[in-house]
Amino acid sequence: MDGPAIEAEGLVRVFKKTRAVDGIDLVVESGEIYGFLGPNGAGKSTTVHMLTTLLPPTAGTARVNGYDVVHQGPQVRSSIGAALQEAALDPLLTGREHLRLQASLQGMPHDIRRRRADELLHRVGLSEAGDRKVKTYSGGMKRRLDLALALVHSPRILFLDEPTTGLDIQSRTALWDEVGRLTRDDGVTVFLTTQYLEEADVLADRVGIIDHGHIVAEGTPDELKASVGRPTVEVVPLDAGEHERAAAIIARFGEPCGSEHGVAVRLRSSEADLAGIVRALDAENLKVEQLQLHQPSLDDVFLAKTGRSLEGAAEEEEGERGGLAMEPA
Amino acid sequence: MRQPAAVIAPLVFPILLLAVNSGGLKAETQLPGFPTNSFVAFALAVPFIQGALFSTMNAGTDLARDIQTGFLNRLTLTPMRRLAVLGGQLGGVIVLGLLQAVVYLAVGLAVGVRFESGPAGILVLFAFAFMVSLAFGSLGTLAALRTGSGEAVQGLFPAFFVFLFISSMNIPRNLIQVTWFRDAATANPVSYLLEAVRSLIIVGWNAEALALGFGICAVIAVIGLSLSSWALKVRMAR
Repeated sequence: MDGPAIEAEGLVRVFKKTRAVDGIDLVVESGEIYGFLGPNGAGKSTTVHMLTTLLPPTAGTARVNGYDVVHQGPQVRSSIGAALQEAALDPLLTGREHLRLQASLQGMPHDIRRRRADELLHRVGLSEAGDRKVKTYSGGMKRRLDLALALVHSPRILFLDEPTTGLDIQSRTALWDEVGRLTRDDGVTVFLTTQYLEEADVLADRVGIIDHGHIVAEGTPDELKASVGRPTVEVVPLDAGEHERAAAIIARFGEPCGSEHGVAVRLRSSEADLAGIVRALDAENLKVEQLQLHQPSLDDVFLAKTGRSLEGAAEEEEGERGGLAMEPA
Repeated sequence: MRQPAAVIAPLVFPILLLAVNSGGLKAETQLPGFPTNSFVAFALAVPFIQGALFSTMNAGTDLARDIQTGFLNRLTLTPMRRLAVLGGQLGGVIVLGLLQAVVYLAVGLAVGVRFESGPAGILVLFAFAFMVSLAFGSLGTLAALRTGSGEAVQGLFPAFFVFLFISSMNIPRNLIQVTWFRDAATANPVSYLLEAVRSLIIVGWNAEALALGFGICAVIAVIGLSLSSWALKVRMAR
């Protein structure tokens, strides 16, 4: 395929009076993992629903694998796999039956269905549990089965809508490994929505940060973090009376900035200055209780772009949405 | 058979009601003008309609659950045609409806009911069971697609039951003495569905009753399927 795997221009979706997605432009290159990061209700899932043809856009255009999502729905659907927010599984079917049903709905011949089901169960680590009913699966196992179902027809582009929400750290890491492997070994393009900073940071080649239906920042995780400032070093002296002396020493390495417990400085160059600070404190014989290097995080990026932290925004959105009829968000 | 409740309830409850009614209302056969000596033969039509109501509710509730869990979205993302979703859902309702017909028929024959229309009438009865299941099933899928809520679909059950009770379910319309009840039963399409089945069992071949029964089923099915198809289109928004 020539050109980007996914491209959208001015994508808008309005639900009654709410503009859930408000003019999104994005380009996702083939073979990359694009992380779509934002709080609940930011418009992540609505965007995925539009890109996967489940919802028609109110305005704007989008092409997936080169096909228009409005006018070439069947072609779009045949080239994508999707694991949406709800792991839509039948509790009374086994994992293997789910995979065979999905393969059958994808029009695969009988013998290939069987082979593909075995192969995918093995890949997601469910070979032993494959003949158990899904109602006996843990949350992580359901998510892995959901991923396997999205891969049945070997799609070139994979949409994962908050794939690790509610999973424990082991299940989350296992899923990250599998997603990374899909891109690395199979060249699959992954469009992943998440509200977890760490997930976007670890997994995504590029991140788009969305808030209130707008993309407020986009770039590689490193680019985004670099855009909001340099690392800071915080020093907490052992003796509370030594704060001023500590501040004077570390001020040689950058501009002072706020610190809750001790003194802090925003480094002039890079984290390489940390060694210099340690040496200077030692030379001045200043005893330190705590010394910490703070790298800017994606949360700092979110804070810089929206004026609030991602976690706070999630809680705020939850509050706003409480009691309202649920639309894809 | 992984959901026994979905099969057993529509099979057992109508038969239980038939047993209770046949015991309690047997004396009706003494009324002048009552069309048969066997109340079981008269009442055997009821399970066919009541069973269809049960399976309709089950089908609607299942579809609503598929919507709520996102399973419908999963189907939407496969190359299958939109109408195949409806076809699959209604196919299940129809198979269950035909299975019910076999059981009700077997119970009727076992307790000595004679089919006046003979073996050909039994075939017509199966065709009618197909049509009733399709018609009521389309209403269940419509409710599920419009509301997306299993609770809302189940909320329709009492309404359907009111239609069943205010009909010629327990007594022929011409023998109903209370005017408003007779008028309501006459205006109620369910009466004609019951009378179509009843005609095959206790009369023989009654073209008018069969035409009304099949006609009403066809009208309900056409309306239900058209609106369901539209509702599915809106929901899947391809």
